[in-house]
Amino acid sequence: MPSLKDLRGRINSVKSTRKITSAMKMVAASKLRRAQAQAEAARPYAERMEAMLSRLAANVAGRPGAPRLLAGDGADRVHLIVAITGDRGLAGAFNSSIGRQTRNLVRRLLAEGKTVKILAVGRKGRDYLRRDFYDAMAGDMMFGGRRTIEFAQAQEIAERVSAMFDRREFDVATLIYNRFHSVISQIPTERQLIPLPPPATEGEGKGPGAMYEFEPDEETILNRLLPQNLAVQIYRAMLETNAGFYGAQMTAMDNATRNAGDMIKKLTLNYNRTRQANITKELIEIISGAEAV
Amino acid sequence: MPIRLDIATPERLAYSDDVDEVVCPGVEGELGILPHHAPLLTTLGLGELRIRKGADQEFFAIAGGFLQVRPDRVVVMAETAELGSEIDLERAHEAREEAERTLEVAYLEPADLARARAGLQKALLRIRVAERRRREGPRHHG
Repeated sequence: MPSLKDLRGRINSVKSTRKITSAMKMVAASKLRRAQAQAEAARPYAERMEAMLSRLAANVAGRPGAPRLLAGDGADRVHLIVAITGDRGLAGAFNSSIGRQTRNLVRRLLAEGKTVKILAVGRKGRDYLRRDFYDAMAGDMMFGGRRTIEFAQAQEIAERVSAMFDRREFDVATLIYNRFHSVISQIPTERQLIPLPPPATEGEGKGPGAMYEFEPDEETILNRLLPQNLAVQIYRAMLETNAGFYGAQMTAMDNATRNAGDMIKKLTLNYNRTRQANITKELIEIISGAEAV
Repeated sequence: MPIRLDIATPERLAYSDDVDEVVCPGVEGELGILPHHAPLLTTLGLGELRIRKGADQEFFAIAGGFLQVRPDRVVVMAETAELGSEIDLERAHEAREEAERTLEVAYLEPADLARARAGLQKALLRIRVAERRRREGPRHHG
């Protein structure tokens, strides 16, 4: 049976923990708003890029001279996995679900006899994956704790990926990130970057608006569009990760605050019972002492 | 009949409005677009984008990207797009001096040289666009 002093100490400690978690929840909520606004602002560009690309890709795909970024080499031996997590923790299963997804994919590819390389974006993912797949790590990058995520950061990653591809260090690149489904739900998602899978919106490219003039020509434009698209895809994933991270952190901290409240209630009850028992015990002692006189 | 113009950058939608004429910095020279332009897809370079809307004119400093002309709208997808009046002239001058100082060094790595040159070009463009805005305000120009 813990003494009154112990109980008091524990109640105070849980109370200060609750203060911290509820402050973190508040901070996460305001950062979430900003992150969501940023993800929202980036959508028009990404959508237009996708529409433009799918239209062009439909024209060029299948031709012998199709760019490598679009069609690949037809090889499927070395896989590059770009895993995006947050830089920090205390966000529930947000980072570990990416770790798990990546590990499953790596195991599956290894079982098929493929070679795997990993590029980790975000400190948590790097730490997690480096533990399990030290030899496969091809590099890592951090978010860097800025207020906003800049497109230049995504571009830097995209340049690294395309440089590796140009050196033929991998055949297929896959992105793993947490898709922002809602504030409380982030879904680990795999998306193939290279070669680019055929667009899902079939038929649009064959509409009456498809008769474009190209200047200088389709291939040149596509060759500029594809690296840009790579950066945009990564940027989008980073923005969703950022928004999802704060969503997950907010949820996790909300739970923690609630749990701390429950804990305080239980401990307070226990404390009062113990206090009452002590008083009763003292009274009995006094009364029986008085009777004995 | 006005044309719908969207200017989008990876980070935000910079402009979206009905306009009468757009002049874009194409890679192979300036490109004027009026209503009923043929559908076109092309790449853009570093330069000034002019928008005419009635008697008003607006200027953007644009760096790299794509131009898509569709029957119903014109989409500019630039890597960066800054409205002339939003450009911080002081910072642009600083960037220019910085780039010029770098270029004065006798020898530079090719990558650094290219970066400094691009920086200088960009700073000069921003200064030009910002000052143009100041010189010929939107009201007295048609």
